[in-house]
Amino acid sequence: MGLTSQACGLRALRKAFNLDDGQDNRIIALAGNPNTGKSTLFNCLTGLNQHTGNWPGKTVVLAKGHFCFSGERYTLVDLPGTYSIIAKSVEEETARDFICFAQPHATIVVVDATCLERNLNLVLQILEVTPKVIVCVNLIDEARRKKIEVDTERLYSELGVPVVATSATKGEGIPELLEVIREVAHGNLVPSPRKIEYPPEVENAVAHLEPLLQQILKGFINSRWAALRLLDGDSTLLKSIENYFLPDIVQELEVKLKHELKFISA
Amino acid sequence: MFDLTKLHHLPKGCSATIVSLTAKGITRRRLLDLGFTEGSIVKTVRKSPLGDPTAYLIRGSIIALRQEEAAQINTDFCTCPVHKPQ
Repeated sequence: MGLTSQACGLRALRKAFNLDDGQDNRIIALAGNPNTGKSTLFNCLTGLNQHTGNWPGKTVVLAKGHFCFSGERYTLVDLPGTYSIIAKSVEEETARDFICFAQPHATIVVVDATCLERNLNLVLQILEVTPKVIVCVNLIDEARRKKIEVDTERLYSELGVPVVATSATKGEGIPELLEVIREVAHGNLVPSPRKIEYPPEVENAVAHLEPLLQQILKGFINSRWAALRLLDGDSTLLKSIENYFLPDIVQELEVKLKHELKFISA
Repeated sequence: MFDLTKLHHLPKGCSATIVSLTAKGITRRRLLDLGFTEGSIVKTVRKSPLGDPTAYLIRGSIIALRQEEAAQINTDFCTCPVHKPQ
């Protein structure tokens, strides 16, 4: 498969998420734990008052809005708040499928500055799926009031992705955030997230599976991450692949990995 | 203090430290994602009228667990004077 069919495939995928409106908008996803101010940030960036819409075939509501920054149009998608993207509930599956299959040009992970530790779990999980991540440390004013200081520079160097401190209610840090969104969405800034190493047994199994997945998935989704999820026995990923991918890919996946999948489920 | 107790035994208003998780698979993953990790301090905030589910304060958020889930979390004993083990 060449570049064109891949582009077509991606287009079809985005269409499934109701995103392909014929314009060359950059797609930005907003992810994060519940109650970290994703929707406030969404309203702050788009000037909307949370305009929600039902996506076809989904019961969970995603909000979509647009904004312009220095002459470019962006589509912002507000994902449901989750603690994890290792899918066990509908919201988590929606969030994961969006990040994984709609392939936004950038994903903003909104974290709560007052309890950073709890929020970083989700950041790490998302970093395993895509490198195009911006960490937005929100509620920074609240943190300051509680005498919590967040060292964004240090966080940047530890995580390997840009970190911006904001207060969406006060509009603090929004210009900086927009600047970073533009850089990442246009590929001028390519973050290099910290790679999470697993114990040798897991790494060996991943090394065995990854090249096979790479061949079949052709870069549609991150093959290392897919390998890890399959090793985890996550069958919802297979179902989602079936939903969003062209049928021939699924068939190929099933035929080629039959042996491995049996081995995994055993 | 190597004695263990299960989280659902932790009386209302008391705090304890999580020592280990006996949960496996998806439940374990879920509990870890919610912040129930080894060494975290957990507090029983309130119980529903029938005692199940129970709300716990963990890492700055209040999370409600069913008894069967809380029973898969081992904590040390609550150290407050009232509940100190004999």
